[in-house]
Amino acid sequence: MSDAKHAYRKTLSQRIFHFLGSMDLAITLLLTLAIASIIGTVLQQNQPYTDYLLKFGPFWFDVFESAGLYDVYSALWFLAILTLLVSSTSVCVIRHTPAMLNDMRNLRTHVQEKSLKAMHHRAEWRSDKAVINLASDLESRMQQQGFRAKQTLIDDGILVSAMKGGLNRLGYIATHLAIIIICVGGLMDSNLPLKLAEWQGRLTIETRDLPTSQIPAESRLPVGPQAFRGSINIPEGRSSEVAFVGMRDGYLVQELPFKIKVNDFRIEHYATGQPKSFETDLVLVDDDLAQPIEQTISVNHPLFHKGYAIYQASFSDGGSALSLQAWPLTKAAGKETVEFETKVFESREMIWGDQSLKLEMLSFRPFNINPDPTDDEPDRIRNFGPSFGFKLRTKTGEALEYINYMLPVEKDGRSFYLSGVRTSPAEEFGYLYLPVDVAGGLDAFSQFLTELHTKEIVESIAHNMMLETLADLPNSTAELEQNLEQTLVILVAMFIDNGFQGVAEFIDTAVPENERDNLAPAYLGMLQEMLARIYFNSHDGFEIDNTDSEQLAFLQDAVSAIGSLPRYGSPVYLMLTDYEHVEASGLQIARSPGKPVVYLGCALLIAGVFILFYLPQRRFWLLVKAKSGVTTVLLTGMSNRNPREFDVFFEQQKQILQHGNGNS
Amino acid sequence: MTNLAGTMRTDNSSPLVQWVWRIVIALSGVALLAMYFNVFDGYEITIVILSAITLIFLGQNWPQFRAHIVSVSLLSWFAVARYGTDLDLGERDFFLNYILSSQSAFMWMSALFVLATLTYFGGLLLRSEFTEKVATALTWSAATMGMVGLMVRWRESYLISHDVGHIPVSNLYEVFILFAVITALLYLFYERRYQTRSLGSFVLFVISAAVAFQLWYTFERHAHEIQPLVPALQSYWMKIHVPTNFVGYGAFSMAAMIGVAYLLKSWRQTRNPNGVMASALPDLAVMDDLMYKAIALGFAFFTVATILGALWAAEAWGGYWSWDPKETWALIVWLNYAAWLHMRMTKGWNGRPMAWWAIIGLFVTIFAFLGVNMFLSGLHSYGTL
Repeated sequence: MSDAKHAYRKTLSQRIFHFLGSMDLAITLLLTLAIASIIGTVLQQNQPYTDYLLKFGPFWFDVFESAGLYDVYSALWFLAILTLLVSSTSVCVIRHTPAMLNDMRNLRTHVQEKSLKAMHHRAEWRSDKAVINLASDLESRMQQQGFRAKQTLIDDGILVSAMKGGLNRLGYIATHLAIIIICVGGLMDSNLPLKLAEWQGRLTIETRDLPTSQIPAESRLPVGPQAFRGSINIPEGRSSEVAFVGMRDGYLVQELPFKIKVNDFRIEHYATGQPKSFETDLVLVDDDLAQPIEQTISVNHPLFHKGYAIYQASFSDGGSALSLQAWPLTKAAGKETVEFETKVFESREMIWGDQSLKLEMLSFRPFNINPDPTDDEPDRIRNFGPSFGFKLRTKTGEALEYINYMLPVEKDGRSFYLSGVRTSPAEEFGYLYLPVDVAGGLDAFSQFLTELHTKEIVESIAHNMMLETLADLPNSTAELEQNLEQTLVILVAMFIDNGFQGVAEFIDTAVPENERDNLAPAYLGMLQEMLARIYFNSHDGFEIDNTDSEQLAFLQDAVSAIGSLPRYGSPVYLMLTDYEHVEASGLQIARSPGKPVVYLGCALLIAGVFILFYLPQRRFWLLVKAKSGVTTVLLTGMSNRNPREFDVFFEQQKQILQHGNGNS
Repeated sequence: MTNLAGTMRTDNSSPLVQWVWRIVIALSGVALLAMYFNVFDGYEITIVILSAITLIFLGQNWPQFRAHIVSVSLLSWFAVARYGTDLDLGERDFFLNYILSSQSAFMWMSALFVLATLTYFGGLLLRSEFTEKVATALTWSAATMGMVGLMVRWRESYLISHDVGHIPVSNLYEVFILFAVITALLYLFYERRYQTRSLGSFVLFVISAAVAFQLWYTFERHAHEIQPLVPALQSYWMKIHVPTNFVGYGAFSMAAMIGVAYLLKSWRQTRNPNGVMASALPDLAVMDDLMYKAIALGFAFFTVATILGALWAAEAWGGYWSWDPKETWALIVWLNYAAWLHMRMTKGWNGRPMAWWAIIGLFVTIFAFLGVNMFLSGLHSYGTL
């Protein structure tokens, strides 16, 4: 009330001070911070900017970018909320600490009898002891109970004031101070100085993919006391003297005062195939050291040196050497397999037939004990053998991404090579199943495909099939013969070019609509017959009926694989013939000078919280008076926490104080 | 029936009992350390010592807790002895198959918790003290079976293979059991202390909900199979970070359910002051106080848990704070209850708004506990559904 009355007389700074210290502001800030924090958990932070652009479209991408939503927790407005919270807390601490410290020590010896009598916890009794003796007696009893106690002479008697748990007030100071300390420590470890340097133009974020040596000086951070959190992938046998600090859509290079060499990276596995440990054998070479440090780090076991911490964070391929074999899938790609060497992360131009494609090797894994990547049995974990991923990019820049597994998978009792394809990383892979022949390879499939691509074979089989079909017809004409033979050839050609889809389109254009329902199955039947004849042509002549079911199943698998080749989009199927696995260890390197500060704050916070909740401040007063020859005692007490426990405690205390005090 | 609800019990155990308890626990701790001295590292030795101190502290004036610990120890020991070194005995041995293998124990726990909930509810409606006492006994047995299940599961993981062995607090399935047991124990503590059996049906309701989820998770997703630890979880921090967190979650859940009871009572009181709910539930002031106590306890433990998490993160992820969704949601939960406590302690708010807030707090907590794993991706991806 009086605050409001005098408010107009306050200076502006006093008003700001008052506003900052208000409980309403504090609670509002706590809740605002909570709500603001949600944003960064819903929107994945620090992803490549192209991903955001794809997700939100150009308009919202810009809006969100200017609101700093891709890195909310270092956005200016978020830091402003934090700063306000710290200021508010600081003002609270400054305002209340003197009173609290006073309250911790002050036994309140000037309390009025009237206010004592108004207290909820109260008891009175009489004694035949003298006032002075009784007061001293009560004082020492309180002291025995762990209270701080003191006698004060008043008009007509003695007031014994006692207190326990004064530290409770320290709980308040500790918790609030802790928040400030933690935030300051956090600030010391934040990337705010980098942002400031960038804003002043002293730093430029590098967004290009450059060799380390070519990165310009304005994107480099010298060795210094500043905090950073960077990462670096080091292939086995290689070393690095820098780490990369990710900033928005680019990075900065942090120089290190030492060289880290990765000797070996290992993954151990449980019997079930799940990874058990990721370990790197590191050698740290520092000119200040007589000998390099050799240490193996693993997840949860980093290496600390000179305030730098080196963590095992990830792993990747370090440029494994791969020997590949390209099996032609299209007519243009030829008939022979081509062998070549490449490396992971290497790009090279490939010419397959009339097509020139850029082959970008993306990944390699020596084995895959995975859940089934296809939808067949997603829960079943099995070994898919080595795998490698790559992109095939056309001249116009469009690319298809592939992943090939090198251990044939079983499906319905038959074996297939699995190759996945997709047009963008946002999609799931669609899988091509290439049937494996009796010998365990792709020769049978490839031979079948080659025959389908060989004009002479297709034409001669079409001719024979035409003759056989028309043999029963009494009055076949030359025109009919030619028509049928041509149709058979075209059906096969359509199927090879566009799969069953192509055949369906052909039927749609070649057959009048009213006959389509009747003739379409006939056309498909002819195609099937043709395909079977071509397939068995290379095997056992025309004895189709006598072939075993395995051969038929293979034919069917081969036909459905060929049918999906147009969607597969690659002129070749790449098979791995040999590899030399080189791994790279992904290290995280951090320096956080604020860490001890934050930890101090944390310790203070824990201590403060427990003191605040579980160490109640309890005060007792004993007013001892002489009234017409009898000594009376008025006991009152109060606690700032746990009123229910204090009910009991007060009773206990009363018993202790009354006991043996001449209670009449 | 004399209504003692809300009166604090302060009866202490006799000094003899207290000393026997202290010595038994201390000796057990020493025996454990002696047996495994060669395999324990400094952190594990510290954890054993701290656990012993906690048990001594909790049990010295709490007879039921002492009985609980003794039963858990004996039953677990019996189960471990029956197992020997053959995990397959879990399906062949009568005792293991039907009672004590971790799966059977969890099934017993589930059944007993649901039964306890129903019994508490019956006791509340019938105003029958006896029924409520039965419910308390059922809750104790459920908590005991849950704890035995956890202990036996711990052993079972080592029987699968030495390198697979780990404390069963590593995935969503295991922590759900931990949640049920810890929440039950917290409730039982307050129930005895403040003689508030009529709150049982409310608190046990949230446990039953957890049990229902747990059963769905077992049968639908086969989540009960013991999985080896991913490298990031292979740390002694897990042993302390996770249980501490669940004391927090348990206490917050209890506070929210007391909030429900509070709102129910205050609503019924205005309608029908002599009705069952209005008269059977403890005084509003008692519930308000309990709600505060639960949130204060939860907040204290949640603070510790979050800090432990930060310490662990500094060792595993390269920084004590990464604004990972789980971390951030922990902060959100913490800020929410910090605001609650400020309202209550300095602005003196109480009653219905605070009860509502406690209930909302539970939803925030549930999101931090489950929602983050279900909907958001981040470093904490150990418990995906």
